[in-house]
Amino acid sequence: MTSPRLERNETLSLVLGYGLALLLTLVAFGLVVFHVLTGRQAFYTVLGLGLAQMLVHFRFFLHIDLKRSARADLQLILFSTLVIALMVGGTLVVLFNLHGRMM
Amino acid sequence: MTPDPVAPALRHAGLNLRHASREEAEQVESDVFGFWVFLMSDAVVFATLFALFGTSLEATAGAPDLRAVVKLGPAFIETMLLLTSSFTFGMASIEFSRVHRLTRRHQRLAVRWLLVTWVLGTAFLGMEVNDFVTMAHNGATADRSFFLSAFTVLVGTHGLHVLTGVIWLPLMLLQLAGLGLDRPLKVNLIRLSLFWHFLDIVWIAIFSVVYLQGALR
Amino acid sequence: MLTETHGVAHVLLGNLTWAALPFVRAWRDPNVSEIIGTGAGAVVILGAIAMFALVTWLGKWRYLWTEWFTSLDHKKIGIMYVVLAGVMLARALVEAVLIRTQQAVAINAPGYVEPGHFAQLFTTHGSIMVFFMAMPFLTGLINYVVPLQIGARDMAFPYMNSVGFWLTAAGAALMMVSLAVGEFSTGGWSGYPPYTELAFSGGVGPDYWIWAISLSSLGSMTVGINVACTIFKMRAPGMNFMRLPLFCWTSLCTSILMIFAMPPLTAVTLLLAGDRYLGMHFFTDDGGGNMMNYVNMFWLFGHPEVYILILPAFGVYSEVISAFSSKELYGYTSLVLATMAIAVLSFTVWLHHFFTMGQGADVNAVFGIATMTIGIPTGVKIYDWIFTMFRGEVRFTPSMLFSIAFLVTFTLGGFTGIILATPPLDYAVHDSLFLVAHFHNMLIPGTLYGMVAGYMFWFPKAFGFRLNERWGRIAVACWVPGFFLAFFPLYLLGLAGMARRTQAVFDPAFRPWLYAALLGALLMISGLVTLFVQLYVSIRDRAANRVPVGDPWDARGLEWSVAAPPPEWNFATIPHVGDRDAFYWRKRNKGAYRAADHYRDIVLPKNSACGVVLGVASGLCCFGLIWHIWWMALLFGLLAVATIIVRPFMRDVTRVIPAVEVEAVDRAWLAQAHAARPVPREEEQSSLNQGLAEGFPELVAKRA
Repeated sequence: MTSPRLERNETLSLVLGYGLALLLTLVAFGLVVFHVLTGRQAFYTVLGLGLAQMLVHFRFFLHIDLKRSARADLQLILFSTLVIALMVGGTLVVLFNLHGRMM
Repeated sequence: MTPDPVAPALRHAGLNLRHASREEAEQVESDVFGFWVFLMSDAVVFATLFALFGTSLEATAGAPDLRAVVKLGPAFIETMLLLTSSFTFGMASIEFSRVHRLTRRHQRLAVRWLLVTWVLGTAFLGMEVNDFVTMAHNGATADRSFFLSAFTVLVGTHGLHVLTGVIWLPLMLLQLAGLGLDRPLKVNLIRLSLFWHFLDIVWIAIFSVVYLQGALR
Repeated sequence: MLTETHGVAHVLLGNLTWAALPFVRAWRDPNVSEIIGTGAGAVVILGAIAMFALVTWLGKWRYLWTEWFTSLDHKKIGIMYVVLAGVMLARALVEAVLIRTQQAVAINAPGYVEPGHFAQLFTTHGSIMVFFMAMPFLTGLINYVVPLQIGARDMAFPYMNSVGFWLTAAGAALMMVSLAVGEFSTGGWSGYPPYTELAFSGGVGPDYWIWAISLSSLGSMTVGINVACTIFKMRAPGMNFMRLPLFCWTSLCTSILMIFAMPPLTAVTLLLAGDRYLGMHFFTDDGGGNMMNYVNMFWLFGHPEVYILILPAFGVYSEVISAFSSKELYGYTSLVLATMAIAVLSFTVWLHHFFTMGQGADVNAVFGIATMTIGIPTGVKIYDWIFTMFRGEVRFTPSMLFSIAFLVTFTLGGFTGIILATPPLDYAVHDSLFLVAHFHNMLIPGTLYGMVAGYMFWFPKAFGFRLNERWGRIAVACWVPGFFLAFFPLYLLGLAGMARRTQAVFDPAFRPWLYAALLGALLMISGLVTLFVQLYVSIRDRAANRVPVGDPWDARGLEWSVAAPPPEWNFATIPHVGDRDAFYWRKRNKGAYRAADHYRDIVLPKNSACGVVLGVASGLCCFGLIWHIWWMALLFGLLAVATIIVRPFMRDVTRVIPAVEVEAVDRAWLAQAHAARPVPREEEQSSLNQGLAEGFPELVAKRA
């Protein structure tokens, strides 16, 4: 059984995560809807905000942190990220290279 | 305050592992880790679909393009629905971890949070179906161009996953009602919660790369 | 009626018509090609009937069902995988001989196989060898050996293990059914669109390919998850990562590759299905489709796939070479690092499979360099194995002979890989027989020899008796020269300009080389026959060659520390591991063949029909999809989903082996061990070998 203090901390952590995610979402949508930024700049900022929100989800909803108990999960996620980066990055480079040479 | 030695993933649905044998604890850890691995392979599927989508933006073949197809209003509402459902599932997980043999209060609360999650998830799906119907009315069907095929499959695959969750959740409640909150069900609930949060993470990528990018073009 | 169905018949049967049967096609158009197709279809149908009849006549249905099909035991599932691989190997080798024969005969002549059939032949040959021979074979070995080597009782997810097997079997069944009903794809094992799109391949061929491959890749995904979790989470106490046997290291890296490489394949085949079934435009000629997305995504899978095929073989070679050199593996750490490097690097080189398809020289160069880099860790491994043999006491068992043949032949093939990795050189030889020779040079001496060596190495453990060594050596004598004869001429032919996948040849200068290649193919299929003969002879002579104590080779891993065949629960008590080569350490420290202080009840999974149902339902669903029999696809699809949903509701999924039974079995085996006569290595191939190795004076504890 968990202590009341631990219980409150757990709930607060979840609420904090939700709040952060909400904020990041509102900022991302906001800067597009209200034309705060445009074009490339806007897109990369949106991507950055999205990445930040993913980290928030991992930390506050999925409890992936730097603690030893989460280590295997964290290593798995990092390796997956590497593979995904190679696959997606490689695909985009190759396909855009082809596109440029074919058009 | 005594530090909680139980692995964080296992805190999701309170296994009270201090009373379980080492073998059972290892089996549970293994079960949950296995699901994480499956989620990572699923992430690779989504990644390939995103890459495909990225290369399809210009291949519109005269049919509606990304700008024409994206509606930020519904996309924003869908985002709110899914994000909130992640929060409500988190609350359900917390309640499940507090379940104690002396009171049914936490379990009842947990079930209520899960029901809210289910409603939010179903609402998300309903809106998405409506989005696709609208697209079809406007001639933006998947069989018209590579771009529309890629859009449909990317967003649609995510939608199918959410549908899986929306079917899985009541099955869990059914098990809970029929078989009680035993260890296999707790493990399954952990897996469902991982699945649900994972889908919200994928949605972040979708609303960023598909909807917000579309609005920026 | 023959070629189209209407009305009710159309709803019931989809596109299935009489013309789908090869016999009907041969009747309408009798030529050698069609008759061969009929023959193949007949073999499938008559073979299936014969098998059913045999099992019924022997009264073995109940036995097969309870002991094998519904078993969740990793050992049983592993054996079933290897049996499946053996059957499919036979078929695909016959196809290889047909291909070689056609090319030898059709020099400025029509040959005997029509182009369409020829294309089906090389497509099924490739698809079967990769997905239904090599993958099941390595999965079977990994399944059998890994839990035993890490000191576990089973895989992490026994039910998922069964599901994976039956999905793979369903895919293989679809491949076999395609011989008797319909036709197969003509697009090669890689199935490139737009050729495999409806516009150019409107028949059922590509659909058979899509669904068979999809089932297999789903199965492989489950295997990857299972093996990774097993090795991560279920190692015996004291078995830290740097004490893992090399076969487990390679299995772990293979499983990681499976986890990350199968998803792009699943995605790309389903996307092609989207094009063919739902009119989408991913890879079509029109609507903005882009075939290069397919090529790119397919090889994102395809390159890690070839490492999936080779790494388990590398693991086998590590075990076999160490055991039969009577020496610990040289350079363990470098072998581990090399394996990990190969696994990671394999995600960075996929573009070398399509150097010629339009990328700029800079992009090609990056991938070319990355490809050559992978040669380095592989080279490290080759040296490590050579140094393992150096100053060892080498015993030339058939497994060892295959391993030595591998060391030489594979390295030669590796050199040609460096040639192919250089983009300008690749432009000259891509899609020629040079390429075909190269990858067969990797897969046959690499993967196949490894699988056969592993099969021979662990057979006594699995079945309790040794294989006949003489026939094993005859097999080596067939395979090794056969391989050289079949494929080295292809290098020359490729350099001379002969393209791959050609049904007809127009340069008479190629004739002697093609004849040599045909002879080599016949030698290799003789090699397969000798393996079957070896099996028959060994079963016949099994009483004389039993090795019940379980360690016929004086080997090193924990799998040799249990009886042969092992009890269902593998270990009476989970061992504690103190060092690498865990069992060898025990033997040398008087820790072997000891009774436990305390026996406990063992919990094992109950048998389950769910895996079988899921596999059969998936296969039938896919059959319905192939022939557009929508009610069938829906019905069996729902059945599959229902099985997935129902299983978690089951609570009574384990059974308990009482401690008294565990103790009785263990003590009986230990009594055998103490009564057995230990044999020196000189006698290990004689019937004196009861599976107990001679060692140091007090090897076996005096007290049971």
